Amino acid sequence: MPHIPLDESLPGMRSLLAYHPAIAPVLTGLMQVMMRTKEGLHPGERELIAAYISRLNQCYSCENIHSAVTCHLFDLNELELNTIKKDFNAAAISPRLKALLAIVKKTQQGGNYVTSREIENAKSAGCTDLEIHDSILIAALFSMFNRYIDGLDLKSNDTPESLNERGQHIANKGYSHDA
Amino acid sequence: MPHIPLPDHIAGIRSLVIQYPESGKYLYELVQILLRGESPLSPAERELIAAFVSYLNECSFCYNSHAAASRYLFQDQSGIVDLVLKDYASAPISDKLKALLTIASRVQVDARTVSEQDIALARSFGANDRDIHDTVLIAATFCMFNRYVDGLATTVPENLEDYIPMGERMATKGYVHPIPQ
Repeated sequence: MPHIPLDESLPGMRSLLAYHPAIAPVLTGLMQVMMRTKEGLHPGERELIAAYISRLNQCYSCENIHSAVTCHLFDLNELELNTIKKDFNAAAISPRLKALLAIVKKTQQGGNYVTSREIENAKSAGCTDLEIHDSILIAALFSMFNRYIDGLDLKSNDTPESLNERGQHIANKGYSHDA
Repeated sequence: MPHIPLPDHIAGIRSLVIQYPESGKYLYELVQILLRGESPLSPAERELIAAFVSYLNECSFCYNSHAAASRYLFQDQSGIVDLVLKDYASAPISDKLKALLTIASRVQVDARTVSEQDIALARSFGANDRDIHDTVLIAATFCMFNRYVDGLATTVPENLEDYIPMGERMATKGYVHPIPQ
C-alpha cells in the first residue's frame, strides 16, 4: 500500500497527478517539452535516457514504461534494449549516444559527479550544447520522478500487456494532462 | 565555467531558465506551486526542506539561496535554519518537522528507504497525508534542481553576502520566470 491514499486503479503517475491537481499540468507540460522536443535528441533517445536512469535508481515502474515507449519509438525488442541498459559501452550504439549515457550515469550519482571529461568526450563525439543540456535535465527530471514514486511507495499494477499498450499510446500521443 | 554557454553574470538556476525558457517556464511554475502554493507546511518550512536536501546533495547555490529565503521567512527565528542544517535532530524545531526531515533525507539518498516506521513516526507527531506528500515531492524536486544546476556547472555568486538579497527576493516575490512570457 502507498504511504498516502492514492487511487491505485489509475496507471503509473496518474494516481499522483490526480492527488495534486495543481501540479499535474506543470509536470505533464515539463514532460512533454523534455521528452518530445524535436530539436536535438530524438524522442527515442530521450525515452532511453529516462529508462536507463530509472534502472540505475532501481525504480522499475518507471524503467518498464519508458522502456516500452523506447521500444516502440526505435522499433527495438526488449532484449536489444536490455543489452544497452545493462552495458551501454559494449552495446552497438553510436559513440555520440554512449557519451551522453556516460553523462546521464554521472548525473544519477549527483550533479557534482559530472566533470569536464564527460562533457569534452560528448562534444568530441559530436554532441551539441542542447543535447548535453537535455540529457542532464532529463536525467535530473527522472531523479525526481523516481523518488516521488518510490518515496510514497507507489507500486505499479502494469502487466506486460498493459505496458505494451501504454507504451504504444505514449509513443504515439506523448504526454498530456488529459490523455 | 559552465559546461555549456550560459548568460554571463547570472548565477545558478536563473542562467539555465533564461537560456532554456521552454523548460525553464515549467520549472519555475513547479517550484512556485510547491514552495508557495497551498500546503499545511509554511513557506519557511518548505524552504528549509529545500535547503536541507540541497545541503545533503552538496549543491552550494541551491543550499545557500534557499537557506537565505528560509531565514528571511522565519524572521526572528532565523537562527533555526543553520541549527537544522548542522544537526536537525537537536535543533529547536517540532518533532513533526524532525520526522519530516528524516523522510526528506531518505528520499535524498534512495527513496525506497522511506519506511513504514518513518511514516508512522511522522503521523504520531501530527503529520497528515499532505505534509508527507509535500515533503517527499519537495525533496525529490530538489534532487532534480541540484543535479541540473551542478551537472551543468553553473556559476555561483562570488560572496556569501550576495545570497541575502537573493533570499529576500525569493521570500517576498516568489518564483517568477525572469523573461516575461
